[in-house]
Amino acid sequence: MNKNYNFAFLDEGSKREIRRASLKAVAIPGYQVPFGSRELPIGRGWGTGGIQLTLSLIGPDDVLKVIDQGSDESVNAVNIKKFVGLCADVKTTTDTREATLIQTRHRIPEIPMTNDQILVLQIPIPEPLRVVEASEEATKRMHAEKDYAPIWLELYESLVKYKRIAIATEYPCMVEERHVMNPGPIPKFDNPKLHDAECLCLFGAGREKKIYAVPPHTKVVSLAFDDVPFERESFAGKRCRLCGSAHTYLDETFDALTGEKVYQCSDTSYCKEARGQCV
Amino acid sequence: MRLNETPVLRVKNLIVRYGDGCPACQENLDKNRCALCGAIWAANDISLDVYPGETLGIVGESGSGKTTLMRSLYFDFTPTSGVATLRDHKDGQENIWGASAAERRMIRNIHMGMVYQNPALGLRMDYSAAANIAEKILAAGGRNAGQMTGRARELLEAVEIMTSRMGETPKNFSGGMRQRVQISKALANSPALLLLDEVTTGLDLSVQARVLDLIRKIKARHGISILLVSHDLAVVRMLADRTIVMLDGKIVESGLTDQILEDPRHAYTQQLVHSLI
Ligand SMILES: Nc1ncnc2c1ncn2[C@@H]1O[C@H](COP(=O)(O)OP(=O)(O)OP(=O)(O)O)[C@@H](O)[C@H]1O
Ligand SMILES: [Mg+2]
Ligand SMILES: [Zn+2]
Repeated sequence: MNKNYNFAFLDEGSKREIRRASLKAVAIPGYQVPFGSRELPIGRGWGTGGIQLTLSLIGPDDVLKVIDQGSDESVNAVNIKKFVGLCADVKTTTDTREATLIQTRHRIPEIPMTNDQILVLQIPIPEPLRVVEASEEATKRMHAEKDYAPIWLELYESLVKYKRIAIATEYPCMVEERHVMNPGPIPKFDNPKLHDAECLCLFGAGREKKIYAVPPHTKVVSLAFDDVPFERESFAGKRCRLCGSAHTYLDETFDALTGEKVYQCSDTSYCKEARGQCV
Repeated sequence: MRLNETPVLRVKNLIVRYGDGCPACQENLDKNRCALCGAIWAANDISLDVYPGETLGIVGESGSGKTTLMRSLYFDFTPTSGVATLRDHKDGQENIWGASAAERRMIRNIHMGMVYQNPALGLRMDYSAAANIAEKILAAGGRNAGQMTGRARELLEAVEIMTSRMGETPKNFSGGMRQRVQISKALANSPALLLLDEVTTGLDLSVQARVLDLIRKIKARHGISILLVSHDLAVVRMLADRTIVMLDGKIVESGLTDQILEDPRHAYTQQLVHSLI
């Protein structure tokens, strides 16, 4: 560990401020709490909101896992792991079960998380209403007044245009029947994992300076009409070409030799475990 | 028209002033502007009642405060002072201009429908005609997509817009079609009160005739109360049971439409009536 840095890079005052914002976020599930996003030796837009949450939470006994698009090995995931390892000297893992803290971009692990784990999600655009309203002042007012008709209108318009709700990621959900929340760029396949989860989920947006939370056992309902229920992506009839799983989120790729479409688990550590390999 | 019943809408002493005003404004008005302090009295002590099933016409020259009255009622802005009550909101006992934001949204979406002179204010030009109608239903809490689509189809049919075009955006529509989509939207939740601000202005004569005909049908079929603003006395003559004449933010004359047309009292009204003939 580099002694020129404070443990976990941030000074204790900054960590305390982020923790206070996180506590407020836990107290008001789905509400976006502003915080004084710090400069990090990583460009904003590369997960600095998630990293700041991780740095403010991590302690010497934690075991960290970082994933990007479901993979432990992507450049972004590896670099974040290295950075946190460098300044916090904690154990890292690729095993979902072993981790106490998981930072992620674009996915929620397939293995259900437990009550002694925390999931930190990197969020580019925290505001679920941004797609329908450009002004921050207006979206704040809409949340305050629970005026969510415009986002419903967006969903309805999607039905008119495409005969279905054509939103694949950042699919809005209602948290505890109060705040509409952007679950981030996870596929809507993962939305139901937020509902009544065992673990604490924290969402950090570094560039937009917002933190929000879904504490354990929170009601999270993906928006849908009475007669048009919410539907996740369906991979009916498809299986992971490596582990054979039929119930996971599958990435579609092309076999270089045959040119055929093939599918494999997006959650690489899950896939390895399913194949009986050491993760 | 049922003048013996409780009014659907009562407005008392509506004032909309731009600028702080001074103690001597009323004695120094040049049209609607105070010559001393420059304050503009866009609506200067307007009171009126709208009865169940009646169409109340409002005529007046440009700048007389017609749109100011309509947009105050539709909560586009909060007036300087005044009281407005709706029969269907808290038994007409509470000033709607004092209601909370959430209440105002409900009043606006459930009890009222508005057709703006400028369709860009009343419609989302980038959303389909169907979604424009659904917006009103969603705002009132509707969450059944199939029902909303059914209602949109029914309303568009009623205004003679081909339902095959309900997926298109009003951007693609002509001026007359846009006004008809606005009318459909305004009627989405079957409100008790319809606010029409210069619905036919800017439309060519044959299109005007169709829209006026449509409003006449709505009147007959729905028993709805209508506040109809126009600077065109011919439109008001055709549709309004009673008429109010506005000038410089004030009401200068009111009465049964026929009466006003046959025996105008105020010089300005006389001028208007003469120009009609
Ligand atoms: N934001 C504002 N600031 C100052 N004056 C305003 C403002 N908005 C409107 N006015 C003034 O209020 C008066 C009433 O305007 P309003 O639009 O109500 O007239 P109108 O009767 O609807 O006219 P038209 O027939 O042209 O539509 C006008 O003198 C107008 O210039
Ligand atoms: Mg006007
Ligand atoms: Zn004055």
